[in-house]
Amino acid sequence: MAMSTDPPMYDVAVVGAGPAGLSAAVGAAEAGLDVALIDAGRLPGGQYWRHDDEHPPHPGHRDGRLFARLRARLHHQRRLGRLHYLPGHQVWLIDRPRPDTGPFTLRLNGPYDTAPVERDRVRARALVLCCGTHDRQLPIPGWDLPGVMAAGGVQALLKGHRTAAGSRAVVAGTGPFLLPVATGLAQAGVRVLAVCEANPVHGWLRHLGGAARVPAKSAEALRYAALMARHRIPYRTRAAVTEILGEDRVRGVRLDSGEVLEADLVALGWGFTPALELPLMVGADTRRDLDGSLVAVVDTHQRTTVPDVLAAGETTGVGGAALAVAEGRLAALTVAAAHRLPVDPRAARRLRATIRHGRAFAAALHGTYPVPAGWTDRLTERTVVCRCEEVTYGELCRARDELGAEDPRTMKLLARPGMGWCQGRICGFAVAAVTASLTGRPATAEDLRPLSARPFAALVTLGELAEMADGDEEPGADAAEESGADGDGEP
Amino acid sequence: MSHARSECGTRSGAPSYRLTFDGAAVTALPGQSVGAALMAAGIVSWRTTRREGRPRGLFCGIGVCFDCLITVDGRPGQRACLVPARDGMRLSAEGGDGEGDGEGGGDGDVD
Repeated sequence: MAMSTDPPMYDVAVVGAGPAGLSAAVGAAEAGLDVALIDAGRLPGGQYWRHDDEHPPHPGHRDGRLFARLRARLHHQRRLGRLHYLPGHQVWLIDRPRPDTGPFTLRLNGPYDTAPVERDRVRARALVLCCGTHDRQLPIPGWDLPGVMAAGGVQALLKGHRTAAGSRAVVAGTGPFLLPVATGLAQAGVRVLAVCEANPVHGWLRHLGGAARVPAKSAEALRYAALMARHRIPYRTRAAVTEILGEDRVRGVRLDSGEVLEADLVALGWGFTPALELPLMVGADTRRDLDGSLVAVVDTHQRTTVPDVLAAGETTGVGGAALAVAEGRLAALTVAAAHRLPVDPRAARRLRATIRHGRAFAAALHGTYPVPAGWTDRLTERTVVCRCEEVTYGELCRARDELGAEDPRTMKLLARPGMGWCQGRICGFAVAAVTASLTGRPATAEDLRPLSARPFAALVTLGELAEMADGDEEPGADAAEESGADGDGEP
Repeated sequence: MSHARSECGTRSGAPSYRLTFDGAAVTALPGQSVGAALMAAGIVSWRTTRREGRPRGLFCGIGVCFDCLITVDGRPGQRACLVPARDGMRLSAEGGDGEGDGEGGGDGDVD
């Protein structure tokens, strides 16, 4: 398709096609709005409903029916011409020429150089940001060895690529998400030696007491308990991995008990980190959620503090798919109402009740599976904290002690954590926590923001930057030319 | 969306794409990323870090961490977890900064 000189204008652009974004986009289109749905993934569903071409999420499992319905509605709205779905497109910049009013321009590119890009720009009168999450990581001695992966990455390989990342696995960290990863590996034929849950979760079903109002969650928990038993996977609580062993690839893990488990795959996850670069880019207020993550502030209509910018799903606080779907739907109703389209007020009330219950459940989970206090005590002088720039814990300590770096912004400038390719997406939480702990105080939203804001939300090329600088209407000609500009520090 | 399925209609069939990694043959299933294909072939690292020369491969697996940078058909700095495998692809390991030989960059000294 030719790229027109005038980017198409939509009533609303939804960023992300996971549970929240799918729900928001479909709801907005069904309400009568012109919708663009932009998603970096090749297929709809996000990380939660990740699948491959031949294996859609099982309709009997993990809200698979809900996904099947949303996907059918998505394709129906596409056929009606109300919803323009742009898979394989990442948003790297959002700008709004007139502050707080008028349309937004979203600049798009593909996730790799030769990826087909149908549109390099769209304009929209409103935004719904549903940017999702990735696994939160804590540095552990040896976590940079090949064969150590984020738990979500292990799951993505299984669900999206039909690939088991090893043959003997340890799944470690904290949170209920470790269970589907472990059982998924076992079902793929991987020997799972243990799930090492760092928290003292006694009778973890009981701790899901917040699930009383969310019966599906209890059923889900029971199903994983049954699968763990069937595959004879030990669920060890208060079991922290203190060291990952190996020379050029992982050989095993050492637990705090001193025991060593030999493994060629270690899957790590400590909850989730929402992707906040787009909310921060448009100037939305953020706060530190119960789980310690930076999230976008929204009101009871899913509106952020920036006019015409809404957010839904994990962007507003990690809480799972059912909550995300409700928030996405409510965001769609809010945008529709702002366009003076008829909206059933009872629907909005029901969604708010669902959201309240979902948030209460999420709060219970965050209370049960916190990042363990004192995790920084296990770091050694040589433990890599920032994987990209290979900044060690010792270097952070020296930046604090010798150079006086007492906040993450100064720490970034003096020791360079979060300044590499990933721009602090992986180490941001840890750098904020380490910096705060070195200065003897708890981490705050102030600590997290400088490690979550990025000048560009995705890798961009020199061609794309030149085009933007020139105001040139021609699409960037040379997408092969890599720029180092993705690695800038603060915006 | 992908042409992948036309090559291999069933999941039980033999791997249908043939790629090379530093000259050695690697097979891939349609729909697999090049990173997944390498992992399935038992190859867990294809980049060395700039400072310490440490091996790296897939970590986050979903395009966030940039640990898995690889050269695909001569284009350096591609995320192996995101590039779909295609028949005939030439993959090669990267040193240092993921920018191929001799180029600086990737990091931010601006500002």
